[in-house]
Amino acid sequence: MSIPVILFFLCALVAVAGAVLLILAREPIHSALALVLVMSTLAILYLLLGAPFIAAVQVIVYAGAVMVLFVFVIMLLNAGSEERTNISRLAKPIGLPLGFVLLLAFAYFLWRSPVGGAIANGTGSSNDAADTVKLSEMLFRQYLFPFEATSILILIAILGALVLARKES
Amino acid sequence: MEFISQHPVLVAAVVKVLILLFIVMTALAYLSYAERKLIAHIQSRWGPYNVGAHGLLQPLADGIKFLFKEDVTPPASDRFIYTMAPFLALALGMSTIALIPFGPPSVRFPNGEEAFSVADLNLGLLFVFAITSLGVYGVALAGWSSNSKYSLLGSLRSSAQMVSYEVSLTISVVGVVLLAGTLNFNDLIQSQHGYWLHFIPRWNCFPQIVGFLCYFVAAIAETNRVPFDLPEGETEIVAGFHTEYSSFKFAMFFMAEYANMITVSCLATILFLGGWLSPLPDRWTWQIYLPGAGLLILAAYCAWDTVAEMRGIARLQFAVVTLIAGGAGLLCLIPAVAETIKGPFWFTTKILAILFFYIWMRATLPRFRYDQLMSFGWKLLLPVSLANLVITAAFIVFWPLLRHP
Repeated sequence: MSIPVILFFLCALVAVAGAVLLILAREPIHSALALVLVMSTLAILYLLLGAPFIAAVQVIVYAGAVMVLFVFVIMLLNAGSEERTNISRLAKPIGLPLGFVLLLAFAYFLWRSPVGGAIANGTGSSNDAADTVKLSEMLFRQYLFPFEATSILILIAILGALVLARKES
Repeated sequence: MEFISQHPVLVAAVVKVLILLFIVMTALAYLSYAERKLIAHIQSRWGPYNVGAHGLLQPLADGIKFLFKEDVTPPASDRFIYTMAPFLALALGMSTIALIPFGPPSVRFPNGEEAFSVADLNLGLLFVFAITSLGVYGVALAGWSSNSKYSLLGSLRSSAQMVSYEVSLTISVVGVVLLAGTLNFNDLIQSQHGYWLHFIPRWNCFPQIVGFLCYFVAAIAETNRVPFDLPEGETEIVAGFHTEYSSFKFAMFFMAEYANMITVSCLATILFLGGWLSPLPDRWTWQIYLPGAGLLILAAYCAWDTVAEMRGIARLQFAVVTLIAGGAGLLCLIPAVAETIKGPFWFTTKILAILFFYIWMRATLPRFRYDQLMSFGWKLLLPVSLANLVITAAFIVFWPLLRHP
């Protein structure tokens, strides 16, 4: 096996393990750290796909900014560990198999779709994602309106949160 | 053996990482020595002088002391995170150094590998920011997992400070990136090649003086150094986020802090001070003999010190130092060697100058108050660096139009 393949399976394994840990962990901060782990390994997967810019931004934005705020809030609130309740009786016989079927369906359609097939054949990666200049041209020329509209949407969301959180005087 | 011959790039990278690790570890140890000694002299004290001649073996003694101290873990702490935090801090602090080019890419090993950089990435700058943006976790988790009021307060302060100043740090650098049009470190350095009026180097610190000052202030805050060392305000919160740490875990936080200092100094050198380019005009060809001459002067001083000042075992130690410095100085006078090491020589000289400035500030300035720190970061530094970015971008767009309408 070549080194990228070994790296891929290693990172994929760690990412899935982190995602499972994220759900199973009782301490909120352990969950947050597991999410950081998932995001960092995803960044390495992006690197392996030939998209270094996306990988770096993934780490900077998600692991370095969003999750730091999460950890910060958890620390400030000093959130205690979760309490476990018994799993719903329906969940075991119906939920788990259905979830598994959903996973298989996702895998199947990704495999059959042109994008997934191209990735599986090793022809999916284009150089556009690797080139910062091309990427920024796409963001600021081709998709300028959706890009700016999204940022305004996020700003509105922040303002909304501020209004909701403000104490009435 | 088969694996080694199949993956020469990987093997070369591992070898370079090991060499770099050794150099950086030594540099970290002697940075702590230099800090103590410099501050002591600024404050009219002697500093360390008992262990070895001039206290030169003090870092070694400190390391051994840290290794053999009892390692206490508070019973109410979160054991896993408590143990992981110092490792995380140190690993993140050191890994950025692998991306730094210490010399020109034209110097290569016989197999074509670049000699002075471990990883010459196209997006080097972005990856450095990616790794440093994770640096908050070491501090935040250390404080939280200790389960102590002082640690938690220290780490909250520290993470708030790092998050706030990271914004200004990143924005102040974008001006340079716009001027150079690249994120690769070697290209960023090459773009600063040349001279104004035949003697002023075209370094970014002149056109981007505002960006440079913003970067420097933000970098000091980002590395939690005086006058922004709020996380360790001894008079208020004992020792901040590492109050509960002892033994080598405690030392690891200090090594991480020094590693971060080295990283931001390297970045400042690359982005604003011309990296491994020489400050002297190219036509002065004698400048390649400067490192050798400097080492020979050092050797002469050591020889004089050995004869005139030293007694007993210290005299023997200093004689060895003299011989090493003199030998290295003579080696550096060989033209081929001198040509090879001129890049790293200027790079290290600039880094050392910045580090000296860091230590000088620590010996001189008092600490900010917390609200002053926050209002300074958000209300002054961020607007100024944003204005710098906007003006630089406007200049790049409109200057060609003005010259060739």
